[in-house]
Amino acid sequence: MKNHVFRPLLVVIGLVVLVLLIRPFYVPKDFGVHERGYMYGWYRQSNTEDWKKVKVKYQGSEYCKDCHADKLESISQSPHMIIQCENCHGPALDHPSDPEKLTIDRSRGQCLRCHAKLSYPKSSRAGIKGIDPDTHNADTECVSCHNPHKPSLEGLK
Amino acid sequence: MISRRDLLKKAGKAVAGASISLAAIEFLSPARVQALKADKAVRWVFLVDTYKCVGCGLCVKACKNENEIPYDANVTRTWVERYVITSDGKLHADSPKGCRDGFTTSKIDVGMGKLQDIKNEDIKKAFFVPKLCNQCENPPCVQVCPVGATYQAPDGVVLVDRTWCIGCGYCIMACPYGVRFFHPKYHTAEKCNFCYHRINKGLKTACVQACPFGARQIGNMKDPDDPVTKIITTERVGILKSEFGTKPQVFYIGLDEEVK
Repeated sequence: MKNHVFRPLLVVIGLVVLVLLIRPFYVPKDFGVHERGYMYGWYRQSNTEDWKKVKVKYQGSEYCKDCHADKLESISQSPHMIIQCENCHGPALDHPSDPEKLTIDRSRGQCLRCHAKLSYPKSSRAGIKGIDPDTHNADTECVSCHNPHKPSLEGLK
Repeated sequence: MISRRDLLKKAGKAVAGASISLAAIEFLSPARVQALKADKAVRWVFLVDTYKCVGCGLCVKACKNENEIPYDANVTRTWVERYVITSDGKLHADSPKGCRDGFTTSKIDVGMGKLQDIKNEDIKKAFFVPKLCNQCENPPCVQVCPVGATYQAPDGVVLVDRTWCIGCGYCIMACPYGVRFFHPKYHTAEKCNFCYHRINKGLKTACVQACPFGARQIGNMKDPDDPVTKIITTERVGILKSEFGTKPQVFYIGLDEEVK
């Protein structure tokens, strides 16, 4: 074979050998074909553990009830009892240590998620008491009159 | 003319060279593949009752916070769509900000910041449909990944390895349900993973927990006593885009032909 053909071929072979030499060091040991075969199960197995380590932020109302039993009791008398504490009070994370105080969403938008009237026939949205946000005290925060823990009209401030 | 000696020499070299490169490839016997496919005790599935959804978007809000998806970026792992069908037979569908802030107006978001007024008396049928990753049994997004960064875990959940993803976006194009996007911070493919960190601790997903109306439920299909499994196996449920053969594992109660 002529030299000018052989030399680039040597370079290519060298590169292939180089890649094969680096591969065992670069590719993690647990990377390979797992349970679901090559098509769906070719991955680094320890990644599932990485995902399990993500921090849980929403702890659920059970987490709140030990210290805030009175609040849970008051809201359990109202239709709002189906709403998780953290939906308005924000994710608990490691409260009370971190964060010490939660930021409460008292915005009008938070109430309008359900209480902006949408008259959709056969949709459960139509069954929720609602208002027209444009005409019902448009520039006032809902919480300045209504108590979210006691939303009935007797609970009006 | 090549001599016999030369031929044997060259053939020997070729065989040696070929076997070096073949050694880099792992061969699997059919028996081993079967063993790898052995049944596991968990298969996560999801059930959505569209009759119960009111479009409040508390699920989307909780999901974004729980899974650290930048709150103001217009990407989300789960979203809620609104379908309004008017008496002229026209379909109006929208999902502003993925319903992060809920549906608070009867006006339909038609894009480019424009809103379309729909009169109440014109509405024939209207409903909300929550969407999330279907954790398909045959996930096309996984098939197209060139580097093995996305895969199906033994419990059926499709995950993305952020350290391994090269950000080529093939999976985003391959998903027929449009559930994948680039994470604005990590610049890798991102998707709903049924809150993998929560379900493995015995918790419900953030969206299931946040829904006040019980429109979303998660269950284990391998457990015959699971309430979700019972509903899926005994009641009438639908799936999205069955024609793709992806075998989606998110089941819907109250689907409509307009929902795609």
